[in-house]
Amino acid sequence: MFRKQECVAMLLAGGQGSRLYALTKNIAKPAVPYGGKYRIIDFPLSNCVNSGIETVGVLTQYQPLELSDYIGSGQPWDLDRMDAGVHLLPPYQRNKGADWYKGTANAIYQNMVFIERYDPEYVLVLSGDHIYKMDYAKMIAEHKRNEADCTIAVIEVEMSEASRFGILNTNEDGSIYEFDEKPAVPKSNLASMGIYVFNWQKLKKYLEADENDPKSQNDFGKNVLPAMLNAGERMYAYRFEGYWKDVGTIDSLWEANMDLLNPKVPLDLSDDTWRIYSRTPGLPPHYISDTARVQNSMISEGGNIHGTLESSLIFAGVTVEEGAVVRDSIIMPGAVVKKGAVVQYAIVAENAVIGEGAVIGELPEEVSELDNWGVSVVAAGVSVDAGCRVPAKAMIDSDVKKEEA
Amino acid sequence: MRYNTALGLLFSNMHDDTLPELTAVRAMGSVPFGGRYRLIDFALSNLVNAGVSKVGVVTKSNYQSLMDHLGSGKAWDLSRKSEGLYFLPPFGGGEEQYDGRITSLSGVLPFLRNSKEEYVILSDCHFVGNIDYRKLIKAHVESGAEVTMACLNGELPENIFSPIVATDETGRITDMIITDHSSGPVTYGLGLYILSRQLLLQFVDIAVSRNQRSFEWDVLQRHVADRRLYAYMVPEYTMVISSLASYFKANYALLDASVREKLFVSKRPIYTKVRDCAPALYGLHADVSGSLIADGCKIDGSVDNSVLFRNVHVTRGAKVRNCILMQGSMIGANSDLDYVITDKYVCVREGRALKGCDGYPVTIRKNTMV
Repeated sequence: MFRKQECVAMLLAGGQGSRLYALTKNIAKPAVPYGGKYRIIDFPLSNCVNSGIETVGVLTQYQPLELSDYIGSGQPWDLDRMDAGVHLLPPYQRNKGADWYKGTANAIYQNMVFIERYDPEYVLVLSGDHIYKMDYAKMIAEHKRNEADCTIAVIEVEMSEASRFGILNTNEDGSIYEFDEKPAVPKSNLASMGIYVFNWQKLKKYLEADENDPKSQNDFGKNVLPAMLNAGERMYAYRFEGYWKDVGTIDSLWEANMDLLNPKVPLDLSDDTWRIYSRTPGLPPHYISDTARVQNSMISEGGNIHGTLESSLIFAGVTVEEGAVVRDSIIMPGAVVKKGAVVQYAIVAENAVIGEGAVIGELPEEVSELDNWGVSVVAAGVSVDAGCRVPAKAMIDSDVKKEEA
Repeated sequence: MRYNTALGLLFSNMHDDTLPELTAVRAMGSVPFGGRYRLIDFALSNLVNAGVSKVGVVTKSNYQSLMDHLGSGKAWDLSRKSEGLYFLPPFGGGEEQYDGRITSLSGVLPFLRNSKEEYVILSDCHFVGNIDYRKLIKAHVESGAEVTMACLNGELPENIFSPIVATDETGRITDMIITDHSSGPVTYGLGLYILSRQLLLQFVDIAVSRNQRSFEWDVLQRHVADRRLYAYMVPEYTMVISSLASYFKANYALLDASVREKLFVSKRPIYTKVRDCAPALYGLHADVSGSLIADGCKIDGSVDNSVLFRNVHVTRGAKVRNCILMQGSMIGANSDLDYVITDKYVCVREGRALKGCDGYPVTIRKNTMV
């Protein structure tokens, strides 16, 4: 017997995150490092715990090894519970065959048994690719007040940007009358955040209907939500105010990291009342040597910094040798930047080695065509030989040898 | 043989009196060290890394902070269904305070009797070292010793009566004096022993019946001739802390990369309580050199040759040199600190100047506003 839970959260973590290219070659997007010591999934998981939701199903599919290891028993998030807690839910074989998760709705459909055993009133559907701090309890409270069947969290975006998002058009009372996916001429600037609260009994009915529709792509945004709206279910928008960023692309991941260095951006990770938890390697504090210069940067444990850092994020166990310069960049766990190397506007992934005097990335003012400029990426474990240059916007996923450069 | 046939017994209050500035509010074992650790983390991690899965922590007084730090033992992987971490606060009798190791041991006899492990590793918490206890256990078993005492070579630690030993070529102890001073380097005991559980029970039983209090004087020294006592020379880098000066020096030693490499070995990690602080944030006016900085710090002033624990804030214009600033210290704008130890949550107001000197740092008590 499982204790009843008012709300069960289902976290969609199976996506490949193909627009992060080399960074998600071997890991699922939610496991991508962020913010000096976190991974993307720490945000929705910590939000759940801080909101009092203690049952979380994590739906995994693409490259789950590192993500599964990372979540483990759920202890860092206080989600190692007797029968609630965090559960990894990969696709599985049944007596009538096996399916991969065909879409977001199908992933939930395949795990209805998991949800049912907690007999919840509500199911919260989350995705693993946004950075934000949100009290889901407030959203659920509003869902109850509205006597809604489905509540979708929305955030106001710039009108000029609205055509990049899924836009919700609402009545004055917040009820939704239309979904507008990436509209050319948006009628509102309320963008869906990909966070849904459903009445479980209602959702169950629609998931079953959706599964029986051979033409459906089994996707929440494309199929299930429009079906509910067409059937006249009570659907409401929940307005969220605060920091929220999709980190689905190299540029947005880089920007979301840089936001942490900007005091004007309302994302405070040092707020004791809403901590973001993470699994940490347990290293000693980082060391800043006499030859180092560090400004406007964030540094985590275990690092050895002998070079110059400007506006950069340094994850655990990173070495920056003497004379090396790292500016406007993100250096992920265990990476080494050797003597005299320059890393600028770049993401250097886990355990990569940047050789002596190598130059990674370019300053925007150095490139002739600004269209050709962008953040450079060196993938996990890759080594770049001494003196080699990696141009702007390059995506390096295999070793760079001297003769090739 | 299996190495987890040993259980650990840590004496968390031993040598409290050598560091009164920091132990007024806590046990020796929970004295903060190295930016994020407590002294007990070293002895405890050494046990865990040697496969010991049952550890008793003997406490005498001021152990709230230690209990808060250790919790269920999860951070050391000692929150187990069978065995794990045992807190052993004073028990029985009542009128007697723990005034010696024998008294402490007689208070934990039920724990020792109910254990099944063959050996007991006894350890104080006043040293910092990443010591491979597997080798210690192996040496004990292979030498056929009845008691093996871990020893260091060097100047005797201040303020502590330590056993100084002479050995034969096999390592067997042939002579022992117990003193708090010596001239020149000697071979001295670290307060780390291994012996069989049965023999320990026997020693305690006899000592208690004769009203003897000291394990070193009344047991070890008396038995040099008739028991096989061996010295085990600790090969790993180890620093003993028994005064404010040695505490300061040991923290400073961490600013040397080679010392950090010896203490923080990836195969034998030093575990500690996780606090989930954000990474350290450096502002536009930060000027940091030769320092160890923990997560959660916010630095916009200048910091040189210092160790900063978690969540220390150094405001713009503040100058911090040769300091150890513990968790949550707030250093106000344009203040000037040189050779200062601030205990947890000390607040130094704007513009204040505090100066100690090498060998005699100024120490500011926990929660003080300066």
